[in-house]
Amino acid sequence: MFDGLRKGLSEALKRLRGRGRLSEANIAEALEEIRKVLLDADVNFSVAEVFIDRVKQNAVGQEVLRSLDPGEQIVKIVYDELVSLMGPVDSSIPFAKDRPTVIMLCGLQGQGKTTTAGKLALTLKQAGKRPLLVAADLQRPAAIEQLKVLGEQIGVPVYYEMPEEGKTVPSAVPVCLNGLALARRTMADVVIFDTAGRLHVAEMPMEELKQIDRQAKPDQVYLVCDAMTGQDAVNSAKTFNEALELNGVILTKLDGDARGGAALSIKEVTRVPIKFIGVGEKLDRLEEFRPESMAQRILGQGDIMSLVEKVSRVQSELTQEELEKQQKKLQEGDFNLNDFRKQFEQIRKMGSLKDLMGSMPGMADMIPEGEDPEKAFTRIQGMIDSMTKKERQNPDLLDQNRRRRVAAGSGAQPQDVKQFLGQFEQVRGLMRSMAKMSIWERIKMMTGMSKMGAFLPGAKIKTKGDTGHRKTPKERAKERKDKKKRR
Amino acid sequence: MFRSLMEKLKQGLAKTRNLFAGVASLFRLKGRVDGEFLKELEKKLFLADVGTAATSSLIERVRQAYMDKEVGVDVEAFVKTHLASLLEGAESRVLKTGLESPTVILIAGVNGSGKTTSIAKLAYFLNKQGKTVLVGACDTFRAAAIDQLAIWCDRIGVELVKGQPGGDPASVAHDTCEKAKAKKVEFVILDTAGRLHTQNHLMRELEKIHRVAGKVVPGSPHEVLLVLDGTTGQNAIMQAENFQKAVHCTGIILTKLDGTAKGGAIFSIKQRLNIPVKFIGVGEKLDDLEPFDPEAYVAALFS
Ligand SMILES: Nc1nc2c(ncn2[C@@H]2O[C@H](COP(=O)(O)OP(=O)(O)O)[C@@H](O)[C@H]2O)c(=O)[nH]1
Ligand SMILES: Nc1nc2c(ncn2[C@@H]2O[C@H](COP(=O)(O)OP(=O)(O)O)[C@@H](O)[C@H]2O)c(=O)[nH]1
Ligand SMILES: [Mg+2]
Ligand SMILES: [Mg+2]
Repeated sequence: MFDGLRKGLSEALKRLRGRGRLSEANIAEALEEIRKVLLDADVNFSVAEVFIDRVKQNAVGQEVLRSLDPGEQIVKIVYDELVSLMGPVDSSIPFAKDRPTVIMLCGLQGQGKTTTAGKLALTLKQAGKRPLLVAADLQRPAAIEQLKVLGEQIGVPVYYEMPEEGKTVPSAVPVCLNGLALARRTMADVVIFDTAGRLHVAEMPMEELKQIDRQAKPDQVYLVCDAMTGQDAVNSAKTFNEALELNGVILTKLDGDARGGAALSIKEVTRVPIKFIGVGEKLDRLEEFRPESMAQRILGQGDIMSLVEKVSRVQSELTQEELEKQQKKLQEGDFNLNDFRKQFEQIRKMGSLKDLMGSMPGMADMIPEGEDPEKAFTRIQGMIDSMTKKERQNPDLLDQNRRRRVAAGSGAQPQDVKQFLGQFEQVRGLMRSMAKMSIWERIKMMTGMSKMGAFLPGAKIKTKGDTGHRKTPKERAKERKDKKKRR
Repeated sequence: MFRSLMEKLKQGLAKTRNLFAGVASLFRLKGRVDGEFLKELEKKLFLADVGTAATSSLIERVRQAYMDKEVGVDVEAFVKTHLASLLEGAESRVLKTGLESPTVILIAGVNGSGKTTSIAKLAYFLNKQGKTVLVGACDTFRAAAIDQLAIWCDRIGVELVKGQPGGDPASVAHDTCEKAKAKKVEFVILDTAGRLHTQNHLMRELEKIHRVAGKVVPGSPHEVLLVLDGTTGQNAIMQAENFQKAVHCTGIILTKLDGTAKGGAIFSIKQRLNIPVKFIGVGEKLDDLEPFDPEAYVAALFS
């Protein structure tokens, strides 16, 4: 499959080799290949269109990197985009402190809800929790029995109420409430509702789920979805998410050979993290979701990773050259916002900002504690883009009026602009003093830098007496105050 | 006897029309068959999981026959007839029966596709026609799978042969066939555990069940029905390929068509492997099984 893609791409892109930049026209064929790959992997048609558009926007304008096949370059862009869309990884389950945490599993029929309930219970038990399973599927024959058997296998109690044979099936709402009450009495700290499978178009069953949601107030609602699902994944995911506000998705049956495009579709329409994957029928077959292997899977088997690594390597070599140029400028003492932005772009190309933050001078200091670096830098980028060329070259020009204009132009607050400029000024100051230092002094200064940073010029600088721990927001606030006083 | 598939599908569609379903009705578009029309048609087919190969060959045919012609009933009829013809075949859509009783029907498929439920429906279907049915619970693996089947058989009033949880499924198949022969039961239906087609040892296990049935009742199983979940995408083709290799499927039961999914992978499966769809599942109740009707199915793709 992947070989097909690769061949198709290199055909489409042969003409491109060593020729300037990727443009809309010259990558059209390649994108069509990729669209086919996505559709073959069961990515939803509309989701694939949006995705391809995004890839196009990222690709157009990029230089065709020397020593790389443009096809390889596109695959890398696609891979990165897939990883970033299906991420970030978040397999944590937040727990309430003073009461049982309630997890509700829902989804269509036969997706693997009951099995997954057992798997989650086992995982939690192994993590030292005291789970209780609640059999809230009163529809499927022997669903209660099934959960009881699983509970027994893993030594986890199961709460159930046997409906009388022949009577109309009662509501699952009281079962959930009674199960929750039992959990409180027995000091169980996690409750898992195994609900009946239902179609998203079935009004009454969906209403029952909403009732459970309203009355038993689950802390976490997870959609359980079969990885073999096709185009329809978006319809059910969207409806379940609208009805219940999902907190996560669990993809099952990934032990088969399904390409799993549904992962992308569901993530795109729900925007909630894919938490876990099921990789077998046995109850220990639950794993954390990894966007990298999912991306690889969607693109097909084969040596995609070695290709992706190759492209990264070339990109980072080039980035390094660029960074060296910057470094030279910096040493000559004229480092302005233009350079800052350029450097930031370079680093962004290399991968996740979160991981690479350390490789940019003072970068970490410009992000408020706890904020997503991607978002923070998009914000900062917005501010820089709203400045004139002159202002970027000489940030000192930015008086209150100009700052206000920049703020309005980038949708930020004037104080954000001020804060950013202050921080930038500090970093620049450091750079300047560094430029005057001998190489040895500089090395001494750059202690405790990240692994990545160690190979890059201008690595993260730690000037203050370094304690090696990430500063808390309080410490940061205090530092800021101290700085102000000094000024 | 059966509620109309169209009715059910329409119910489902009414609620999802505004999600991703796309245009109201392709063939009511004004104008000529052009790139845009073909793109819309392509989208429809993709959204129904028809897949790249089958979709592009159909689009190509429409392009050749109707490019620049007026959009209207002609194109509509052409597309629908063509699609339906892809699903037709020489094989009869009714169940094959053995010359002598019992007729053995082996049910197979991946996990959770609807095998057990479909067996209940099929047993009910045959039972209502006055046929005698014996069911064999060869899913000894999944927790409470035997109980599930037992409850269904109880409701329908057909007999069930069961072994021990964790026991050898082939020996349950053996016992069921023997018992059916002794009691002169007309139909045997064997339930099997769900298995992914990539699990070789489980596929061998299925072959063994198949073999054992053939030993007890020569020439059987007369039908090997692959149960495909209608919400499954292109992986359905891999499933069909591998089950076909192991036990030579004679037909498909396409389930869960009461939602918004269409199970369009059956086009490729028919083209490549020539396995016809024999029944569709349109709900969780006993009478939610219908004989497959290509015209109605194709009409539902565009409703
Ligand atoms: N191979 C495989 N089978 C699974 C997985 N999760 C569930 N199953 C199987 O899928 C079928 C349906 O699972 P079940 O938990 O009953 O689904 P529910 O109807 O959603 O509760 C059963 O045969 C399970 O053993 C998985 O991760 N891998
Ligand atoms: N809506 C709907 N649900 C179905 C249909 N067929 C089966 N199911 C449901 O799918 C789930 C799995 O079915 P089951 O027969 O246990 O699957 P098996 O693991 O293949 O034996 C159950 O909850 C069934 O009620 C169908 O045609 N429509
Ligand atoms: Mg269940
Ligand atoms: Mg079953």
